[in-house]
Amino acid sequence: MSSLIHRLQQRIPVSDAEIDEFLQEHSFPWVEETSVLFLYRGDAEQVRLRHWIFGLPSSQDFFRIPKTNLWVLQADIPRESRIEYKFEVVQGGQGRWIRDPLNRHLAYDPFGANSVCQGAGYITPEWIEEDSESRPGTLEDIEIFSKAYGEKRHLTVYLPARFRPRRRYPLLIVHDGPDYKRYSSFKTVLDNLIHRNEVAPLIVALQHPVQRLNEYPDHPQQARFTVEEVLPFLQENYPVHDIPAMRGLMGASFGGVATLSTAWRNPGVFGRLLLQSGSFAFTDIGDNKRGPLFDPVVDFMNRFRKRPGKPSDKIFLSCGMYESLIYENRSIVPLLQKTGMEVRFRESRDGHNWINWRDHLRDALSWLFPGPLWMIYE
Amino acid sequence: MPHLIVLGPQRLEPIVHNVLQGLGVDGDIALISAGWQEREEEDEELREVLGTRCRVHNLRVHGRCEEVYHEDTEFFEAHRARQDQLRELQSLYRYRLDLSLDAARYLFAQQGEETLLQPEREDAIDALRRLDQHHVRRLQEIHDDFESKWNSLERTAVQKQREEIQSILGYCGTIAIAGGHVAVLLNRIRMLGIESFFKDHHLVAWSAGAMALSEKVVLFHDKPPQGAGAPEILDLGLGYFKGLLPLPHARRRLNLNDPARVALLAQRFAPSLCFALDEGSHIQATDKGWKLHPRTRLLTAEGQVHNFLHPKEIELPSVVLDPQAASSADIQPQGEHR
Repeated sequence: MSSLIHRLQQRIPVSDAEIDEFLQEHSFPWVEETSVLFLYRGDAEQVRLRHWIFGLPSSQDFFRIPKTNLWVLQADIPRESRIEYKFEVVQGGQGRWIRDPLNRHLAYDPFGANSVCQGAGYITPEWIEEDSESRPGTLEDIEIFSKAYGEKRHLTVYLPARFRPRRRYPLLIVHDGPDYKRYSSFKTVLDNLIHRNEVAPLIVALQHPVQRLNEYPDHPQQARFTVEEVLPFLQENYPVHDIPAMRGLMGASFGGVATLSTAWRNPGVFGRLLLQSGSFAFTDIGDNKRGPLFDPVVDFMNRFRKRPGKPSDKIFLSCGMYESLIYENRSIVPLLQKTGMEVRFRESRDGHNWINWRDHLRDALSWLFPGPLWMIYE
Repeated sequence: MPHLIVLGPQRLEPIVHNVLQGLGVDGDIALISAGWQEREEEDEELREVLGTRCRVHNLRVHGRCEEVYHEDTEFFEAHRARQDQLRELQSLYRYRLDLSLDAARYLFAQQGEETLLQPEREDAIDALRRLDQHHVRRLQEIHDDFESKWNSLERTAVQKQREEIQSILGYCGTIAIAGGHVAVLLNRIRMLGIESFFKDHHLVAWSAGAMALSEKVVLFHDKPPQGAGAPEILDLGLGYFKGLLPLPHARRRLNLNDPARVALLAQRFAPSLCFALDEGSHIQATDKGWKLHPRTRLLTAEGQVHNFLHPKEIELPSVVLDPQAASSADIQPQGEHR
């Protein structure tokens, strides 16, 4: 494959037909171990790679192969990496961000979709795909009036396959529920992991935030809503266990902050926490450099670091190595361990995105709520 | 002579009805679905796989044991204490097993001078077998101790349930044991001593049901989300047959493409033969041993997974149809390693 690029770079003439054939025969970005070749074909004044990898320049220029409209960029990407990116194509002095036209791999999030480069060794987990053998759980949409927020709030409640009202189930409450469902295949993942007995049959309550950026960074109303309204509602209307070890709370990014702060404000309520890429920004001295949205986060984390208490019994944390938050997440681990909680921390070569969070769900949920995998042979 | 049939999972591709029909077995069927625990009576799916034309009587083994617990609290407490003891023993065994298995796996994955490696591998297998044997002996001691103190089958609450079961079995020619939670299934059958009623009936068992009938129950999973996946002996089985180690859902649970792992499993449990029981798998006891039907796969000591394209009979003189006749010495792992 590199021979044609080499010929082009050496200014050896190559016909359009040869280029067409070359593009049809190869998939892009082209990955060979740690070397990745991005390619764009089209008229432009400049083409740039735009990505969200903390530690690398967020914009990298492509090289135009002379006398062609082919633009290439070779980058070194460690094995098992997963990178979400876009191309910036500059025409008429204006840059336009587009998805890689030659790449069919996309990842979706609330802002749209990005192209995805899967480094050598990255394997899409098979348990995220719908499995015809798995018995599907069901979803119920619920509306409750929240005194904390002074308005109606939505919940979606997941009931596992073969749900029985007379049996008791562990309960998991999820921040950013609809996004987990939409972008992290949460329902499919639950169906599969429960069917395979890797995770205990759970009742899962997906919270629908309204203003997450205000509600999630250590907002007292959010903690009240979760503990004093959502939890009692679920306990009254669903057969859930009434002990902390059977009660979990989880969230990603600001949802991770909401999870930790709710548990910290209410120690002994949630015995299981899942914190994914928590936005655990703090300061040792000076002001917060991440902008005003992070002011309440930093204020909370600074207080938490002084007096962590023991908010839960078992905590699973995950974070991508290509996120700026990796340093905060790494640094919180020993602090959590000192509290006497059981802590497990996992890193992956990925960024701050829903697929990264999805990819850790099996490891996290099977540790926090282990199913009878070894015993069931149906 | 009653038939003994061992099958793979029945949910996705049920064959039990056709197998029984093919053998000319009809009449009422007694169903043991205690592996489904408190859902044992939600058995529509099981009745469907057994065939809609036969009458199925659920023996309610799980529910009956709950009634025993309720009526005989002293026995319940003792039983629970025994289960705690077994759990504790299991964690001690597991700790030792992890270390021994790590060493064996390392040696089986090594490539190099075979004359140097092979004796090390054989000794590693021996170490595993000695540990398994020790564990089996300890399990037997705990069970014997419990029985000598409590004589379960003589308890009034147990006797009452046994009489009712016996009366149902009086008009059932076949007993079907479904899969599910293998420890619960085994424990509940054993508590009521139901295995003593088996011998005059055709017996068909699948998945955990097949595991419970064997001489020892081996739990296994090569790709668990937590831990290294060390196959472990959970308990003595009912010892209804010997020489065959059923491995249900092998396609999902085992890494059958890894010859070192397959070889290690097959050699560790030899002379029992390890069979992958997946959808369509079907093994039937004969006078001389076992008749293997296509889609039943054998794990070999060389690390291969052997598919049978045509029915094949293998001689295994150790098939036992009367577990009472099997002494505890018979259930020790033994035999030459290869």
